[in-house]
Amino acid sequence: MSDRYLNLVNSPLGSAVASRVGLPQPAKLRRYAGGDPLLPGPALLGATGGKPAAALRKLLTGAGAEVVDTLGEGERVAAAVLDARSVAAPADLGALRDFLAPAVKGLQANGRVLVLGRLPDGKSVTADATRQALDGIVRSLAKELRRGATANLLWVENEASLGAALRFFLSGKSAYVDGQPVVLGAGTAPDPTDWDQPLAGKTALVTGAARGIGAAIAGVLARDGAKVIAADLTQAGETLAKVANRLGGSALHLDVAAADAPPRLLDHLAAHTDGLDILIHNAGITRDKLMANMKPEQWDSVLAVNLESQLRINDALLGSDQLNPQARVVCLSSTTGLSGNRGQTNYGATKAGVIGLVRSSAAAFAKHGASTINAIAPGFIDTEMTAKMPLATREVARRLSSLQQAGLPIDVAEATAWLASPGAGGVNGQVLRVCGQNLVGA
Amino acid sequence: MNTRRAAIVGGNRIPFARSNGPYAHASNQDMLTATLDGLVARFGLQNERLGEVAAGAVLKHSRDFNLTRESVLGSRLSAETPAYDVQQACGTGLETTILVANKIELGQIESGVAAGVDTTSDAPIAVNEDLRAVLLEANRAKSVGARLKALAKIRPQQLVPSIPVNSEPRTGMSMGEHQAITTIEWGITREAQDELAAASHQHLAAAYDRGFLDDLITPYLGLSRDQNLRADSSVEKLGKLSPAFGKAFGDEATMTAGNSTPLTDGAAAVLLASDEWAAQHKLPVLAYFVDAETAAVDYVHGDRKEDGLLMAPVYAMPRLLQRNKLSFDDFDFIEIHEAFAGTVLATLNAWEDDDFCRRRLGLDGALGSVDRAKLNVNGSSLAAGHPFAATGGRIVASLAKMLHDNGGGRGLISICAAGGQGVVAILEA
Ligand SMILES: NC(=O)c1ccc[n+]([C@@H]2O[C@H](COP(=O)([O-])OP(=O)(O)OC[C@H]3O[C@@H](n4cnc5c(N)ncnc54)[C@H](O)[C@@H]3O)[C@@H](O)[C@H]2O)c1
Repeated sequence: MSDRYLNLVNSPLGSAVASRVGLPQPAKLRRYAGGDPLLPGPALLGATGGKPAAALRKLLTGAGAEVVDTLGEGERVAAAVLDARSVAAPADLGALRDFLAPAVKGLQANGRVLVLGRLPDGKSVTADATRQALDGIVRSLAKELRRGATANLLWVENEASLGAALRFFLSGKSAYVDGQPVVLGAGTAPDPTDWDQPLAGKTALVTGAARGIGAAIAGVLARDGAKVIAADLTQAGETLAKVANRLGGSALHLDVAAADAPPRLLDHLAAHTDGLDILIHNAGITRDKLMANMKPEQWDSVLAVNLESQLRINDALLGSDQLNPQARVVCLSSTTGLSGNRGQTNYGATKAGVIGLVRSSAAAFAKHGASTINAIAPGFIDTEMTAKMPLATREVARRLSSLQQAGLPIDVAEATAWLASPGAGGVNGQVLRVCGQNLVGA
Repeated sequence: MNTRRAAIVGGNRIPFARSNGPYAHASNQDMLTATLDGLVARFGLQNERLGEVAAGAVLKHSRDFNLTRESVLGSRLSAETPAYDVQQACGTGLETTILVANKIELGQIESGVAAGVDTTSDAPIAVNEDLRAVLLEANRAKSVGARLKALAKIRPQQLVPSIPVNSEPRTGMSMGEHQAITTIEWGITREAQDELAAASHQHLAAAYDRGFLDDLITPYLGLSRDQNLRADSSVEKLGKLSPAFGKAFGDEATMTAGNSTPLTDGAAAVLLASDEWAAQHKLPVLAYFVDAETAAVDYVHGDRKEDGLLMAPVYAMPRLLQRNKLSFDDFDFIEIHEAFAGTVLATLNAWEDDDFCRRRLGLDGALGSVDRAKLNVNGSSLAAGHPFAATGGRIVASLAKMLHDNGGGRGLISICAAGGQGVVAILEA
């Protein structure tokens, strides 16, 4: 579904009209294409309370960023990275203003603001209040930024995953992730031998891969080097085969909601693979109805596909010898699961349920050879699923985010691929929104 | 000579469609290419150079002289995969399996695809024979004048195209009319035929519901199940249909559209390989190809009852079983292609007929009875439909999967073909 409005306001005439009448002016987002540099310009680096840590500078330059420490009058940067891990009292927060005010002015279109903080830890009320303030600063700043720029917050508890996180958040891969905090905790997060093929040698399975977000995820995982098994319903087999052939993977007809799906999956893995490294629970359906009119079959089918299947398949995998150590599981949730949505009590149940699932099973996955499980909550993404919405609702929904546009399946796919990468081993049991900072809800 | 085993790795087919249905505008090449691509997707064979692809179609356009190679070139297989066309009427799909398996057993190739495709919708239409003679003469003419003179011989009736018919050139009779004679000669009742047909539908529907076909099929042009399949088929419903063949026999006519296969469009492919190749590609083996036998009957001059057009498998079977020192009881599954319910039942009767087996098959007595509980347990052509050259591939892949799911065993295949031919084969797992 092409976004006609987005195309229009990016044409010279459309843009003039839109700005004069005060219509939203969504920017054309910088999205990653193979071979792109990390950033299209320099990255301004700063720290609260002293000089930026050498290790952080090294990670940035290692990722290909040109790091600058000062911003001259009229100079522009593609990113502003602020290490605010030292803040301990409200007065320390002034340093953020000192750094960010000029940085925001000098930020190029599609710029990236990235703040590093430390999680409140219950040791000092003042310190915790100060640390938590970073979240409010970043979320509010994200709403101020224009022209496709984003602001995000990394709670760095452990630096093992920082390199991969910087690469994701500074690059075009995070185009539609805005105003979001992520905790980088302890975990096993080895650097790949080749950053262009971080998933080389890995076997990945994506459910619901015949189209939409699932097809995009399968494509990005394959691009990053994984051997992909693209799974979907038999009825979707025709397009599924095209997806598998396009990315050089294999097609598996699997109804995730079928009673025998877990054993069938295990059999397939045992026969065809050396164990699974990456599992993406993406298959999902909507059967929207107001609660008052909800039929049992509408309720049950959504629960079965979107939530129960994930629970049963995870259980089966953890209880088998088919899930490799340092496995990565990513579950598709939705902003509906965080903020609710009229007509989606059934869907909301499953998408919130998935968040509960991820949080509750993180420890079990960590125990399974330092594996991880995380959820992604997409906001409004243009796919055949959202194409079912009434036109007016869809048009409005598209604009209701800081980036004033719908995301694309590739945006969800890039975030998924980051969470599925070895370098994201310190991210576990979390929910990452890919929603362009959707204005609805949390 | 040292031989090794040829493994059946798996298969892929498109759902079979009724003639002039959803595949009305798909050519043989379209369907075969889609079927190969589905196979490539299932087994991750993109850009793979296979030993060969052998396939064919019964109804073929002259432009499709290199049908299989053209389909390979259009598929996601490596363009360096050689291919050739085979045509043995309805035996094509099984015959290509035999060819590829033999080459693997001899060590000449490591992997190959055996396939078949047919469309009765996009059938080749030829100019009628008189017109063809005139056009050829005009083409041979040396001068413009001579050419015009030749073309002037064209008459309106010559412009009526010659549409291929499902009939035997030597008898002018359709396959159904031939079978109608066999059905009556062997005393096959209407009830027995309808029972076989209903069972075929019920078995195939159950197989779909169970997910048995999930890794045998790739939907095509919006169709994800065989269009001919009637899950609610019953002897009662089938009993209401009036005869379609052998109407000349009056009250004795028993063959209806329900107990005969309809004209069908579709394609099927089977992936075969050496054990080494399968292991290298981390592809599990479903079953092995063991042996095959082909026979033919003189249906033109032979006995009206015993040399019926579709009776050749009756003669092939004892030769195959004897060579392998096996009897029907040694098999877990028996697949007899249901060209017509009458064909299957006449074949079974012949094998149980002591006198016939002594005289014509040179045996000491009846070849034996086929346990009906082992026969076409997941349905066959009466339910799925029968795109002529695709039927062999459908049966080989599904039988291999049955044997695998069964945890081992032996399976037997019997397919009758136009021209009085029959192909039978053994698989085991
Ligand atoms: N599009 C959005 O805006 C959006 C927003 C939030 C979350 N999501 C989630 O992202 C995921 C993908 O959404 P999409 O927009 O690409 O949807 P989509 O409808 O375009 O694709 C979903 C795919 O899942 C498959 N599928 C459905 N039931 C299945 C089953 N039982 N077994 C296997 N496969 C099955 C479908 O055949 C289809 O190919 C879903 O979980 C959805 O809830 C989407």
